[in-house]
Amino acid sequence: MDNKVRNPLFHVAKRAALPWYKSWAIRFCAVLAALIVCGLITTLVTGEDPVAVYVSMWKGSFGTARRFWVLLQNIAMLLCVSLAVTPAFRMRCWNLGGEGQALIGCLCSAACMILLSGKIPNWAVIVCMIVSSILAGAVWAGIPAFFKAKYNTNETLFTLMMNYVATQLVAYFCVVWENPKGSGQIGIINPNSQIGWFPVIGGQKYLLNIIIVALVCVAMHIYLNYTKHGYEIAVVGESERTARYVGIKVDRVIIRTMLLSGALCGLAGLLLVGSTNHTLTPTLVEGRGFTAVMVSWLAKFNPIWMILTSLLLVFLGRGAGEIATNFGLNQSFGDILTGVILFFIIGSEFFINYQIKLTKSSGKEE
Amino acid sequence: MRNITKRFGPVLANDKVWLDIYRGEILALLGENGSGKTTLMNMLSGIYFPDEGEISIDGKPVVIRSPKDAFDLGIGMIHQHFKLVDVLTAAENIVLGLEGKLDLKAAARRIREICDAYGFEVDPSQKIYNMSVSQKQTVEIVKVLYRGADILILDEPTAVLTPQETDKLFTVLRNMRNDGKAIVIITHKMHEVEALSDRVAILRHGQFVGDMLTRNTNAQEMTNMMVGHAVTLNIDRPEPIDPKPRIEVNGLTIRSIDGILKLDDVSFTANSGEILGIAGISGCGQKELLEAIAGLQPVEKGSISYVNDNGTKEELIGKDPLEIAGLGVSLSFVPEDRLGMGLVANMDLADNMMLRSFRRGRSVFTDRRSPYRLAENVVRDLEVITPGVTTPVRRLSGGNVQKVLVGREIASAPTVLLTAYAVRGLDINSSYTIYDLINQQKAAGVAVIYVGEDLDVLLELADRILVLCGGKVSGIVPGRGASKRDVGLMMTKLGGKANG
Repeated sequence: MDNKVRNPLFHVAKRAALPWYKSWAIRFCAVLAALIVCGLITTLVTGEDPVAVYVSMWKGSFGTARRFWVLLQNIAMLLCVSLAVTPAFRMRCWNLGGEGQALIGCLCSAACMILLSGKIPNWAVIVCMIVSSILAGAVWAGIPAFFKAKYNTNETLFTLMMNYVATQLVAYFCVVWENPKGSGQIGIINPNSQIGWFPVIGGQKYLLNIIIVALVCVAMHIYLNYTKHGYEIAVVGESERTARYVGIKVDRVIIRTMLLSGALCGLAGLLLVGSTNHTLTPTLVEGRGFTAVMVSWLAKFNPIWMILTSLLLVFLGRGAGEIATNFGLNQSFGDILTGVILFFIIGSEFFINYQIKLTKSSGKEE
Repeated sequence: MRNITKRFGPVLANDKVWLDIYRGEILALLGENGSGKTTLMNMLSGIYFPDEGEISIDGKPVVIRSPKDAFDLGIGMIHQHFKLVDVLTAAENIVLGLEGKLDLKAAARRIREICDAYGFEVDPSQKIYNMSVSQKQTVEIVKVLYRGADILILDEPTAVLTPQETDKLFTVLRNMRNDGKAIVIITHKMHEVEALSDRVAILRHGQFVGDMLTRNTNAQEMTNMMVGHAVTLNIDRPEPIDPKPRIEVNGLTIRSIDGILKLDDVSFTANSGEILGIAGISGCGQKELLEAIAGLQPVEKGSISYVNDNGTKEELIGKDPLEIAGLGVSLSFVPEDRLGMGLVANMDLADNMMLRSFRRGRSVFTDRRSPYRLAENVVRDLEVITPGVTTPVRRLSGGNVQKVLVGREIASAPTVLLTAYAVRGLDINSSYTIYDLINQQKAAGVAVIYVGEDLDVLLELADRILVLCGGKVSGIVPGRGASKRDVGLMMTKLGGKANG
């Protein structure tokens, strides 16, 4: 034993593809572990009963029928923006401007409602809202796309900066169109005439949005996976040189995809103003343009999985808010729990792709 | 190395391999692509850790957990892809990552000593980005020597070198051997094995097949051991059938984006049913030439015309690949960068087949069935080793990747086939498959333009050889009867014989 060799205790090796049930078992364990850790943190830091905290988290989303509808509405809006940025992401074009593109859509919808009300029939106002907001979103994404295609500018910074332009524009118009005068806010637009308000179907205020986004989701899935455009996007994303080699016009694909991305963000803005809120504020999109990045990544750019990931994020967000009010803790505590849970879920991907092996002692030396 | 086993997921890369490396000897490690040579050496140099087995150096068992452990044990590896920082000088790269006080002057002095001892030519203060490939390789070798390595591993060191540079490298390696260092060289080129090594060790499918003294064996026997059955080592060269001009290039001049002249007044004709070989030191405009014909490279002046069967001509310059295809010109291109240009590494075989065909039909949806069938045919006909047609191509070994690419390109029944370094990095068996495929295309009346780096192969395969030197045509010689020496001279000097 004089020349005892120290072997490393373990090493990391790449796994072969796991069967789906095993990878889901790992994800499930991750959530379980996250809940336990969160429980420990809760008890240690606040002294509250962790089970009660979880129950209230759950109730925040599923407690009443109204809360459930709000949950669905929030999922729909987040999903809509996530679906919008996904084609660009598949192309490895990091559109971080979903926030601004949606907000500019909000602005155009609100502008139509305010400026056209009473001048043309209600249906014409709605048509104008649809056209203008989708167009505006597309233009907002098209500007960075043009510069990327022609001069290879960095789309990440460009789209990000376009967000601030959109926010400032909206802030400006909020003052121009303020109502009542001197409030600096717009308030509910056309509260009595309800001009430009989208029809309520099935007696549920949010149903229209949910249906529209569900349709967009299915359409996006088909577009990305089964159409020639979708294939071109994938090739450009993987390798621009290959795309050029097979004769794909890369500039055109970049601009086309970004226009689509922006148009869908514009649609999200339209739904927020026309169907849900009937008002305009600079924070109307509530950071969904950024949360969408996480939704899309977590789902590995798969539109159908994005339903689940947006559910997860919305659920956690609402749960955090609920904890804060019920237990008199501040919002940050809920955010800590959300962070822990996300950490575990993202971390579980490591264990799905890799395994940790204990080193076997080689041979059978005495 | 005893009983070394390494798995990557379900793939057994090395299976109970035994290998002995002696000081004062050059060992050639042979094996087909994917037979586990590089994996084995990576375990020796600390990049991977073996799943089983043990490594002893000078009789003492050792554990190599990291490249640093390997350096401490005197093991240094020179990889195929250099790991140098472009904006630093040679000396800075060499001392990079070493502990202790930074003294570049002392370092430069030691580098000069090492160079003098073995016959290297390195300027310690030269920046890496100003260096040729061969100079960069030299820096890599000096880097490991500087760290006190006395076991050197070189992974396909000659793949990027000209014949002259290769000779220089071999001299240096012999000097190091005579100094008592142990040298392992991974290569595919049989004549290099015979010229350089003292002993060969052969791996097949991750298993150790055997080793022997080089002087007791020959290329045929080594190849048979590598492949596992007897193979013939001759390349066919049937006479061209009814050659007619197919591509006429006139006064082609190309500048790169930085304004550097890449091709200067190049003119030639490629005939149908003929293989036109293109020889030249790498970076002499071969890439630009092929890409210009394929419609991927802006041209300063000159013309490239495609001659139809009925004698009418189509100008290809100024058209992109789509427009060229729109003219009815069926042009296939096997580019040098297989995974970065010819194929999409992350897509599966079927989706890669679709690259050429996905536009067919008016439907907005893609037709997935015919590429899938094509992929199955290619896998079957070209004996591609893959778990299935839904495997991403990046998981395939180099030879199989190339078979997929060539299979797709010839599936479209081309009239012109451009290939760049079609067998680079491929083992013997795969290389011969590719030569056969190219010959079949030639027999079918395709005008083949074959850019190659291995002169021996060019001289055996091509009907005519165009030699490029610094972007100019140095000469066009018939493939039959040309001497390697003459072509080699033409590669380095315009006209070749100018100096007598």
